[in-house]
Amino acid sequence: MIVELGHYALILALLLAAAQAFFGLAGPALARERWFGAAPSAAAGQLVFLALATTVLVHAFIEDDFSVRYVAENSNSALPLFYRIAALWGAHEGSLLLWIDVLSLWTIAVVARLRFLPPAFGTRVLGVLGIISFGFLAFTLFTSDPFVRLTPPVPDGNDLNPVLQDFALAIHPPILYTGYVGFSVSFAFACAAMIEGRRDQLWARWMRPWTVIAWAFLAWGIALGSWWAYYELGWGGFWFWDPVENASFMPWLVGTALIHSLAVTDKRGLFKSWTLLLAVAAFSLSLLGTFLVRSGVLVSVHSFAADPRRGIFILGFLIIMIGGALTLYAWRAPRMVSQAGFELVSREAFLLFNNLLLVIAATVVFGGTMAPLIAGTLHLGTLSVGPPYFNPSFLVPVLPLLALLSLGIHARWRRGGLRESRRRLLVSFAFSLVLALALVFGVYAHPLPLTPIGAVLGVWIILSSLIDPLDRLRRGIRVPAAILGMAIAHIGLGMFVLGITFVQSNTLERDIALKPGGSVTLAGYNFRFDGVQNIEGPNYEGLRGTVTVTSDGKPVTVLHPEKRRFWVQGSVQTTAAIADGLHRDLLASLGDDVGAGAYSLRFQYRPLIRFVWLGAFIMAMGGVTVVFGRRQRGAGWAEAAQPSTVAADTGSA
Amino acid sequence: MTPRRRRLYWVLGIVAGVGLAAALALRAFQQNVMEYYDPTHIAAGEIMQGKRFTLGGMVEQGSLKRTPGSLDVSFVVTDFRHSIPVRYDKVLPDLFREGAGMVAHGRLDASGTFIADEVLAKHDEKYMPPEVARSLAAGKEGAH
Repeated sequence: MIVELGHYALILALLLAAAQAFFGLAGPALARERWFGAAPSAAAGQLVFLALATTVLVHAFIEDDFSVRYVAENSNSALPLFYRIAALWGAHEGSLLLWIDVLSLWTIAVVARLRFLPPAFGTRVLGVLGIISFGFLAFTLFTSDPFVRLTPPVPDGNDLNPVLQDFALAIHPPILYTGYVGFSVSFAFACAAMIEGRRDQLWARWMRPWTVIAWAFLAWGIALGSWWAYYELGWGGFWFWDPVENASFMPWLVGTALIHSLAVTDKRGLFKSWTLLLAVAAFSLSLLGTFLVRSGVLVSVHSFAADPRRGIFILGFLIIMIGGALTLYAWRAPRMVSQAGFELVSREAFLLFNNLLLVIAATVVFGGTMAPLIAGTLHLGTLSVGPPYFNPSFLVPVLPLLALLSLGIHARWRRGGLRESRRRLLVSFAFSLVLALALVFGVYAHPLPLTPIGAVLGVWIILSSLIDPLDRLRRGIRVPAAILGMAIAHIGLGMFVLGITFVQSNTLERDIALKPGGSVTLAGYNFRFDGVQNIEGPNYEGLRGTVTVTSDGKPVTVLHPEKRRFWVQGSVQTTAAIADGLHRDLLASLGDDVGAGAYSLRFQYRPLIRFVWLGAFIMAMGGVTVVFGRRQRGAGWAEAAQPSTVAADTGSA
Repeated sequence: MTPRRRRLYWVLGIVAGVGLAAALALRAFQQNVMEYYDPTHIAAGEIMQGKRFTLGGMVEQGSLKRTPGSLDVSFVVTDFRHSIPVRYDKVLPDLFREGAGMVAHGRLDASGTFIADEVLAKHDEKYMPPEVARSLAAGKEGAH
C-alpha cells in the first residue's frame, strides 16, 4: 500500500511539472502576471511529492520489500543498511528518480533566488525547467517505473552489484548528477534569454553562478568516479576512456568552455550567440550522457531492442529538447549579436582560443565514443576505440590550451595585451623551466618525450596563476573572490597536469607469481609476499593476502590485498591494497592461486597520482570560491543589474 | 590592416587550426582503432602475422592450463566453428572463466598461437561483450 502511495506521489509530481511548464511559459507570453506565481508554487509542490516518492522507495529498500521489482533486483537482506539506501540509484529506474530529485532541488534553488531576476524572465526559466522535469517524469512513469510490483514476490533480492558496494560509488551518482542536472539551469536561462530575444547581456551575468556551480559538481563527480575506479576495480587504472566516463567528461569540457565564454559575454557583451549555443550543447551532452549510460545503449547497440519504448522515448525527448532549443536559437540568436571589437592579443582573443580548443577536445572525445556505436548500427564492422586513439588525439588541442593559459590570464581586455606583464611572465616561465626540468631529470628520471613539456606547463600554470593574487597581497589590496577563485581553479589544473604527466611517465607495474616469502623490488620499494588467509565479510567470503613493503630495509607499510567472492551473485572481486601518499601510491592486488603454492600478484608504484584528484578537487573549489566568495547583494534584480564595480571588472575570466 | 582583412586572417587561422587538429585526430583514429576478429576470421586467413588486433570468443571448457608456480597460462578461444590457442603471461581479470566470453588484445605468432598482451576485465559478470555475443550466435548457427 505504501509503495502505491509513492507511485501516486510520482504521478502528482508529473502533473505539477506540467503546471509549472504551462504557467511558467504561458504566463509571461500572454502577459498574465497573476499566472507567474503558479510556477514557483508548482515547483515547490513537485519537490514535496518527489520527496514523498523517494522516501517510499528508500523505505522499501530498508524494509526489504522484495515485492517491489526494483528492490528485488538491486538489494538483498544481507546488504548493509548504507548500501541498501544507496541501492536506490544502483540501476536505471532509481537513477532516473534521483535525476528528477536533483532537478527539483536545483529548481527550488532558482525559486529561492527569483527576486534577483526580472519576474517574467525568472518565470520563463521555471517554465523551461518544468518541461525538462515533465519529460523525465513521463519517461520514468511510462517506461522505467521503479514502483512496479513483482507477483509473486521473491523471498530474497538479487543483491546490489558488488562493485557498487562502496562508499565513493554510493555518493558518486548524487554528486555527478548535481553537476549534470545543473546544466539544465544554464539551459533554462539560455532558453529564457532567447525567448525574450534580449539584446542586453544581463542574462549572462544571471547564468554565470549557476553554471559555475554545476561545473564544479561535475568535476567532483568525475574525480570521485575516477578515484573509485582506481581502488575498487582493483588493478590501479584511473581513467579508461570508457564510454561511461566520456559521457560525463564531454559535458564537463563544454561546460568549461561555457564558463569562460560567459565571462566574455558578461564583461564585454561579446560571444553572445556562441555562449547560448554552448549552454544548449552542455545540456544536450548531459542528456545524452544520462540516457546513454543508463539505457545501456553503449554496452550493446541492441539493448534498445529489449525495450523499444525506451529508445523511442529517449530519441523523441532528445529531438524535442535539442531541436526545439536549436530552432529557438536559429530564430533569435541573429538579433542578439554584439558589435564590439577586440585585438589578436587580448583577453577576449585568448578566451576565444580557449573555447575553440575545448570544443575541439570535446569533439575528439565525442568522435571516439560514438564511432563504435555508429559503426555497429550501420553494420560497418566492429571497432574498439581505446586509449591509443584518445590519448594522443586529446593532447592535440589540450597542449596548446595549457600553453596559452598562462598568457591568457595576464592579457588585458580589449587590446594592448601583454606588454606590462611581459617581465613577470618571462621570469615565471624561467622559474618553471628550471623547476620542471629538475623534477623530470633530477627526481624522476626516465622521461617520455612529452614529460618535460607536461611538467613545464603544469608548473608554469601554477606559478603564473600566483602572480596576480600575490601582487595584490604585496600591495595590500584585497583580492576579489573572482580573481582568487580563478587563481585557485588554475592552480588545481596545474596540479592535475603535473599529476597526469608523472603518473603516465613514471608508473611502474609488475605482474608476478610469488610463493610466501618471495619478494620483488619496484622503484626502490621491496614488496614481500607473506601468504594469504581466509576471511569472511557481511555478504562475502574471500582471501586476504599480506604484503610487507620495505625501503632500504626500513619498514614502509603492510598491505592487505583481498579477493572477495560475493554469495548472492557469485561474482569475484579483487580489492587492491593501496598505501597512499602525496608523492606516490603503492598498490598490491591479489590474483589467483597459480599452483605449486604460489599466487599471482600485481604490484604498482604510481608517483603523484593523488595530484590528479586533488587537482580536480581544487579546480572545482576555485569555482565555488568565485560564486560564494562574492559579497552577497541584498537587493533585488533591479539593483543587482547595475554595472559591476571596478574591482570585479578586472578579472573573473 | 583593415578590419575586414583582419577578420579574414582570423577566420583563415582558425580554419587552418581546426583542420590540422581534425587531420591529426583522424590519423590517430586510423592508426589506433583496433579491429575485432573472431576465430573464424583467423581461420580464413584474414589476418597478417604480427598485426595487433582484438580477439573475441568463448574460453573453451577444460582448456585453461597453468604452468604451476608461474603466471604463464594457455587456453583456447572458440566461436563454436573454429578455435585458436591463446597464451598470456599476466594476471587474469576477475571475470575470466572457462565457458565465459572474453576479449583480448595481442598478435598472432608464427605457429598460429595468439599471444595476448591484455585480457580485458569487464565490470559485470553477466555482461557478454556484444561483438563476442554476435560471433558466438553466428558460430552456433553455422555449426548446425
